[in-house]
Amino acid sequence: MEIALSIKNVSKNFGNFTAVSNVTFDVEDGKFFSILGPSGSGKTTLLRMIAGFYKPSNGVIEIRGMDMAGVEPNKRPVNLVFQNLALFPMMNVYENIAFGLKRRGERGKEVKKKVESMLERVGLPGFGNRKVNQLSGGQKQRVAIARCLVLEPTALLLDEPLGSLDFKLREHMKVELKKLQAKVGTTFVYITHDQSEAMVMSDHVAVMHSGYFEQLDTPQNLYNKPVSAFVAQFVGDNNKFIVRLRKDEHGRFFAVTDEGHEFKLDRPYDLESSNLFEMYVRPEAIIINPKESTGGINLLDVEVKSILFDGGNSRILVIPSGSGREIIVSLPQNRKYDNLQEKDKLKIGWYPSAAVCFKGAGGKVYDEI
Amino acid sequence: MTKSEKIKVRWGFIIFFTPVFLWLFLLIVLPQIELLRMSFLGTDFHGKSGFTLENYGSFFTEPIYWLTFARTALYSILVTFIVLIIALPVAFYITKLAKIKYQGFLMVLILIPFWVNELIRIYGWIILLRESGVINYFLLKLHILKHPLEMMYHDATMILGLVYTSMLFMIVPIIGVMESLDDALIEAANDLGAGKVAVWRKIIIPYCMPGIMSGSIIVFMLVLGSFLTPKLLGGKNAMWFTEQIYNSIIIYFNWNQGAAFGFLLLFLSSLIIFIVLKLTKQELSKVIK
Ligand SMILES: Nc1ncnc2c1ncn2[C@@H]1O[C@H](COP(=O)(O)OP(=O)(O)OP(=O)(O)O)[C@@H](O)[C@H]1O
Ligand SMILES: [Mg+2]
Repeated sequence: MEIALSIKNVSKNFGNFTAVSNVTFDVEDGKFFSILGPSGSGKTTLLRMIAGFYKPSNGVIEIRGMDMAGVEPNKRPVNLVFQNLALFPMMNVYENIAFGLKRRGERGKEVKKKVESMLERVGLPGFGNRKVNQLSGGQKQRVAIARCLVLEPTALLLDEPLGSLDFKLREHMKVELKKLQAKVGTTFVYITHDQSEAMVMSDHVAVMHSGYFEQLDTPQNLYNKPVSAFVAQFVGDNNKFIVRLRKDEHGRFFAVTDEGHEFKLDRPYDLESSNLFEMYVRPEAIIINPKESTGGINLLDVEVKSILFDGGNSRILVIPSGSGREIIVSLPQNRKYDNLQEKDKLKIGWYPSAAVCFKGAGGKVYDEI
Repeated sequence: MTKSEKIKVRWGFIIFFTPVFLWLFLLIVLPQIELLRMSFLGTDFHGKSGFTLENYGSFFTEPIYWLTFARTALYSILVTFIVLIIALPVAFYITKLAKIKYQGFLMVLILIPFWVNELIRIYGWIILLRESGVINYFLLKLHILKHPLEMMYHDATMILGLVYTSMLFMIVPIIGVMESLDDALIEAANDLGAGKVAVWRKIIIPYCMPGIMSGSIIVFMLVLGSFLTPKLLGGKNAMWFTEQIYNSIIIYFNWNQGAAFGFLLLFLSSLIIFIVLKLTKQELSKVIK
């Protein structure tokens, strides 16, 4: 498959502040690629370099194998959907979409045909004469995307386009956008700080943190095999335990909490420099009242602190006896625990394979998340 | 709203607007009505005064009058246009390119000339520009010129003066609109393939149109009705229309003719603005906002 976009060792400094630092990735033709990161991690900066609004301090940006150094934004075969959409208020919907075509010198019937078929595609047939301020948030969204797609760009760059929408509409547009991308087959490079957006829509996701790519992987792998504590915390919910690792005489590894609980681990870790680690266990990997007979499971006695009812996503907050730490546990969908009360005593457990440890910075919390 | 409140509101209205209304009526409307009446009066051969259209008629029958007006109008349009061409990039620089801490300073630079009275300002210019003036002095000293150059009393000098005097009135309304122009619109246009010229033509100018229009109307009216600058800096053998009015009233004591010219100026300039608004498909109410 052809490479639409290739970023090689790209960095961007503002003065002596590094906003993007040595980022490398390729996006294949027709893929949905997301960059996921907290606010201020350098996502917009990276996207603006691809679009041509910033010059990289270092590195090479190639679009379809062509070096983009020195190519102005208006000459690049990529288009950007802005964070605030930036529809032209003095033009109607039709003129907004025709804008790029006219700049290319296309005139007359051809333009009309393309614009109308584009409006059809984004589900806004007959909206050509509407003023921009007569559109709803979701409709503006689609016009902004249509305005770019009509130019048939090599890649469409989207900067948190769903950020300004309310929750319900965002959920809806997520699915719409994915469907639209599948239909038109254009390469999408999508920026977001919302992990669920990235997971639902993307073929590949890069997790960005203070200018670096922490991990570039499929959504499944990001979730199941995070390579860093940051990814483990940022992608999906996770329970964090500050632990010390111990290796016994048989070469098995154990995690020991401050309270003295000991949990089996299923893989080896490097204990040389320090044995202080962070252990992560997903809420849905924790089993409530497991059968004692299932050997090898890690067990913990807990008390229910509160019940967080949310339909199919309901969870409970529990506290291990003799500790102040909260653990989130997903409730199974079978309604077995509908009668659970606060202060109930439970046993929870997880398999060693469900836990993953990273060398800890001594309990540092990423408070920007 | 209860009845007593309604009455209270009305009283407030009356108290506040009576002075405004009186001021408008006594000092502006009343004299205008009197002038309008005078413009239709004339004395016939027998020295009897009565209603006549002669005062207006002479404007069309005597080429000197309507030629003066045409010249004045054309130059005013030219000045407005030059002011606009200069004001657009200046406003763009101040609102979009200059660092925020310099914006105020740049605005002050534009305002400073208006702290000096128009007459003083023009005399200052005369000191600079006349044959024995400062500029000629330096040009001669530097051996760029052999003989002093007469820079006064050219139409070009007059236009320069008018452009300078009216610049502020174009820049301020344009800045007002341009400040609200989202930078992302410019970038979006650029991203969609527009070069610099297309960004100006399709995004910045259409967006700033209300500011451009109100600035242009103010500048046009100001220039058309200006008196000192054209009189003191302008060419010797051509007049500004305001000078015609001045001459009729002060030199020939023909108040009736002067009043008629005054109303012609008002009517014709309004007509020109109306036509321009129609041509550019702008609405007056929007422009005034
Ligand atoms: N023009 C600039 N000059 C100086 N610093 C900048 C500039 N643009 C961005 N930065 C800095 O670079 C960092 C990354 O900014 P960027 O806008 O790329 O973040 P982001 O990941 O898009 O965040 P958000 O999700 O909030 O939009 C920030 O710390 C920001 O302050
Ligand atoms: Mg951003």
